[in-house]
This record gives sequence, C-alpha cells and structure tokens, in this order.
Amino acid sequence: MQFFLEVMIGGLLSGVMYSLVALGFVLIFKASGVLNFAQGAMVFFAALSLVGCMEKGAPFWLALPLAFGIMTLLGIATEKFVLRKMVNQPPIALFMATIGLSFFIEGLAPMLWGNEVRRLDIGLVDEPIPWILDNWNMVISKFDLFASGLALGLVALLALFFQYTRVGRALRAVADDHQAALSIGIPLQHIWALVWAVAGFVALVAGMLWGARNGVQFALTFTALKALPVLILGGFTSVPGAIVGGLIIGASEKLAEIYIPPLLAGVFGGNFGGIEGWFPYVMALLFLLIRPEGLFGEKHIDRV
Amino acid sequence: MFYRETGQFKTSYAADQQIFPIRQDRIGIGILLFVAFVVIPLTAGNYWFNAILIPFLIFALAALGLNILTGYAGQLSLGSAAFMAVGAYAAYNFQVRIEGMPVLLSFVLAGLTAAGVGILFGLPSLRIKGFYLAVATLAAQFFIVWCLTKFPYLSNNSSSGVISVPGVEILGFRFDSPQSRYLLVLTIVALLALAAKNMVRSTTGRAWMAVRDMDVAAEVIGIRLMRTKLLAFAVSSFYCGVAGALYAFCYLGSVEPDGFSLDLSFKILFMIIVGGVGSILGSFLGAAFILLVPIFLDIALPWFSELLHLPFDGATVSHIQLMVFGALIMFFLIVEPHGLARLWQIGKEKLRLWPFPH
Repeated sequence: MQFFLEVMIGGLLSGVMYSLVALGFVLIFKASGVLNFAQGAMVFFAALSLVGCMEKGAPFWLALPLAFGIMTLLGIATEKFVLRKMVNQPPIALFMATIGLSFFIEGLAPMLWGNEVRRLDIGLVDEPIPWILDNWNMVISKFDLFASGLALGLVALLALFFQYTRVGRALRAVADDHQAALSIGIPLQHIWALVWAVAGFVALVAGMLWGARNGVQFALTFTALKALPVLILGGFTSVPGAIVGGLIIGASEKLAEIYIPPLLAGVFGGNFGGIEGWFPYVMALLFLLIRPEGLFGEKHIDRV
Repeated sequence: MFYRETGQFKTSYAADQQIFPIRQDRIGIGILLFVAFVVIPLTAGNYWFNAILIPFLIFALAALGLNILTGYAGQLSLGSAAFMAVGAYAAYNFQVRIEGMPVLLSFVLAGLTAAGVGILFGLPSLRIKGFYLAVATLAAQFFIVWCLTKFPYLSNNSSSGVISVPGVEILGFRFDSPQSRYLLVLTIVALLALAAKNMVRSTTGRAWMAVRDMDVAAEVIGIRLMRTKLLAFAVSSFYCGVAGALYAFCYLGSVEPDGFSLDLSFKILFMIIVGGVGSILGSFLGAAFILLVPIFLDIALPWFSELLHLPFDGATVSHIQLMVFGALIMFFLIVEPHGLARLWQIGKEKLRLWPFPH
C-alpha cells in the first residue's frame, strides 16, 4: 500500500509537468482554434534558449527574461508568417502546418544553441524530503513538489489573468467567436500574438522544469507529446481539464509501468517494460470512445 | 499546341468514363510505363535501384495508402508507419511459419492483417474527428511498435525484434538482383495504384469524399458513415501494409520495429502534403520530392559551406534538413495546399490554351 501510494504520488507530481505542457496547447487552442503541435518543440526551444543564455554568461535572473523575449519573438513570427497566411483554411491544415513548424523549430534550436545534452541548474535538487521520509517512510521528491507548486501557481495566475484583466476578457471573447470579437473592435492579430507569447512563456516554464529534471535534450519533444493524451482526457478547451488530465495521465502511467509488466510477464514470459511509452495514448483512445469531448470540454455541435 | 482534346469525340459511355479521356494523356502514360518497365531496368545502375527507385516506389505506395485515408476520406492519421510495420511483420511471419507459402500470397495476407489492425484503430473515428483522431492514431503508432519489440513470438524470437527476411522467390525465380526486385515492386505498385485510381472515382471514393467534406451532410444524403470510414481505414492500412512488406522484403532485407517510428509516419504525411492531398499522382510526386530533398541537400550543403566558408558537420546538415522539411511543409500549406499535383494540373490547363492567353 505504501509503495502504491509512493508510486501514485510520484506519478501525480510528474503529471503536473504534463499539465504544464498541455496548458500551452489549451491556451492557443482556446484563442485561435489551432491545435499547436509545435508546443513540444517550443518547450525544447525555450529550455535550450535558457541554457544557451546562461552559457553565454547571463545569470539565471537575466537569462529567464531573455529566453522569454526569444519565445515571444518566435511566437510573433509564427503568427505573422504562418498562421496569418492561413486564415480560412480548414483546422486540419493548420494542424499540419504546426507539425511543419515543430520540425522547423527542432532544427533551428540546436542550430542556434548547439545539440549536446546540457544540464540546467536552477538551484533545486531531485532528492526526497527528509521529513516525509522519516515520518511516513515515503520518497517524495523535493523537486517534484516544487515543480507542482510552480505549475499550480502558474495556472492560478493564468486563471486570474483570463478572468479579471481587460486583455484576458478580450482573449475569452476571441476564443468564443472570432468574428464577433473582431466586430466589437478587439484587435485580433494583437491578441493572437499575445496568446503565442503567453504560450511561449508556459513553454519556458515547462522547459525549465523538464530540463532541470532530465537535462536539456532532444527527448524533451517526445515528453511533450504526452501532453496530447492529457488534452484528450481533459478536453481541448479547458484549463482545469489540462490539470486534471495531467494528474490522471501521470498517475496512471506510473502505476501501469509498475504493475502491468509483471502480469504480462506472468502470462507470456519476458520483459514488458516501457508501457509508459504508449499507455497514455491507448488510455486516451479508450476514453475517446466513451466521452469524445473530454472531461471538461464543451460538447461539440455540428451545423450542416 | 499539341495538347488538345479537340476532335476527340466520345461515342460510348465506356469512352466517356475511361481513366484518361484525353488521347495525349493515354500516350503519355503509355510512354511513362514503357520507360518504367523497359528503359529503366535496362539502363539504370544498382545505386539508382537500391537507393532511389525502390524506396521511391515503396514510399509512394505508403503515401497512396495515407492519401486514401487522409486525402480522400479526410481522416488524419499519424500512424501509417505502424501499419507498415504490421505489414512487414505479418508477411515475415506468414513466410516463416507456413511451409511453402507463396510470397505474393503472404504480401496479400500481410495487407489484410494490416487492414484488420487498421479497422481496430479506426473505430474511434466513428465518434471523433480532426486532431482528436490524429492523437488516437498516435496510440496505434506507439502501441504497435512496442508490441513488436516486446512480444518475441511476433519476430520469431529474435533479439530486440529485428527480423531478417528470407529472399523473395516466385515460381522458382529468385528476385536477387536489384533490377528484378525493382520490377516486382513496380508491378505491385502499378497494379495497386490503378486499383486506387479506380476506387476513388467509384461510388466508394465519392462516398469518402462526401464524408471528408462534411460528414453530417454525407450521413443525411444516405452514406453509411461507419462503413465508409472503416473501409477507408481498411483500404489505407492494406496499402500501407503491403508497402511495409515490400519495405522489408524488397528494400531493406532486415528491419526492426524502431525503424517504423513516428518520424517515418511524419515523412509519409509530408509526402502527401507536398505531393497533393487527395490525389493519386500527388502521392508519387510527393514521395519523389521528399526522398530527393535530403539527397539534394547532401550534395548542395557542402558546396554552400565552401562558398560561405562555414564548416558544416553532419549534425548541422541533419538540422538543416529538419528545418528545410518544416519550412517546405509550411510553404506548401500556405502557397499551394493541393501540392505538386495541383501545380501539374495548372500546367496542363495552361498547355491546353498555349499559345493563346484565353
């Protein structure tokens, strides 16, 4: 039982990291109806930019805004050179364009910053918290706890931003109906550039945490792909959905990784590790059969 | 001047409905087939067969499969490489486990196996569409590759799932030389492409296109969605499966599950985007384009680096390749969403009028 709890909490905490990536997807999807496949590449790019700035001699407090500036530029460029040219195209074409974008960024990032695996030191160590270890004999990583705290803080901040600021209201209006928003004088293009910048910021936070944990490397883009099943579970348009979905995916994949391989090995023999690699996707697939719009998504109504 | 249909009167339905109603097109395709079947085998060298022509044909077949699903039926799939893997491993298993199994039959069975798996993963398409489906097909991609790695039975107990296929032998003739393998692949691809061309202009193909353009409306006019969508998944996976079997048997000789990665799926998707979504010809053009770009870059980049006095190492070249691929995809989607096939069509229209402006 103790082990089960430990695995589950570890999973939940790493799930928060998935949520963080998923959040970037949700933001852009809500505001522009584009499923930005390049979010994973953006996480990679953000982490690399941060490390790159620090290697050039900038201290952490300076490197962070610098990296944010780079992400903002990237977001604005994307909006200006790709998405603006693709208005009136079907969403699926936009989706494919973001696949192209992700390839582009995956090539660009190591071109700019070099392609060796780098360590990112943000002053946190991945070690168990002694107090919990002593009292309950469970291994809960300090780093994971901090990361989840940061993620939750970010979500709260975004929620407040969306709910109570002028720009946030404009963002919600655009998400609701582009044309109506345009007709009441909301500058659509500014809003989109802003959303991409915010998504870049979220990518930066996600990249920073993932990078500090696993090293800044190309594999970050694969980890970020895991955000897709999170989105399906939570619904594409829901910020809380991204959080809950992330928690479910994180916990279930860790539990599956621990408990399913021995069962399979008992039946077939052999080694069945690596279930983590596909479990979230298959779970999302099964979930889609039951509830296609996700846990918190809006029900989709087709008009002919 | 000479590309005109003037004076070519259709006097029967058969003449009106043939695949190439314009005589010049028929002559053109005849010449193309003659070149492909006779001239190339006599003249091309081994490098051309092994490195360009055979992979081109196989990828064109896979792209054709994906194009049927994505271009005609409108269901985006990111798992085509996995269906190729199913085909490759199924063909291998049929070959190895059943004594005296004819190779061609095992290819067909491999295609059918892939079709079965395709239907299974196509089931969610009944309830979801668009990128939801794309994510669902990612499940197929990761799950299938994992299964092939982890279940030793599927790869005949070889270590880490690598299979080495036996040679191809039909009616006592061994397909050892690159020429013979090329001809075998070409024959299969040509037949399947013909079948696809006919399929997409039949009732089935029209139903697919109706579903693609608006599935609710298609349902209203009496198209059975479930049947149509699943058929698209089955046919598409069949093509991908056969392509996978050819990939293993006629191209590489030995394959591993990780060779059929998400990257390969993307490559096939890029082929149809560049070539033309919803076009048979486009699958071939796109496959050629995507295969030739890296070869071109390999030649062009060292030249550039000398010109600019910049040292390019191997890693940089691969990064530039990624960037070029990404940029090409965005460029095509923005400038010409219907791809090279559409450019070809525009060219033909222009040719019909030439030298007059209207």
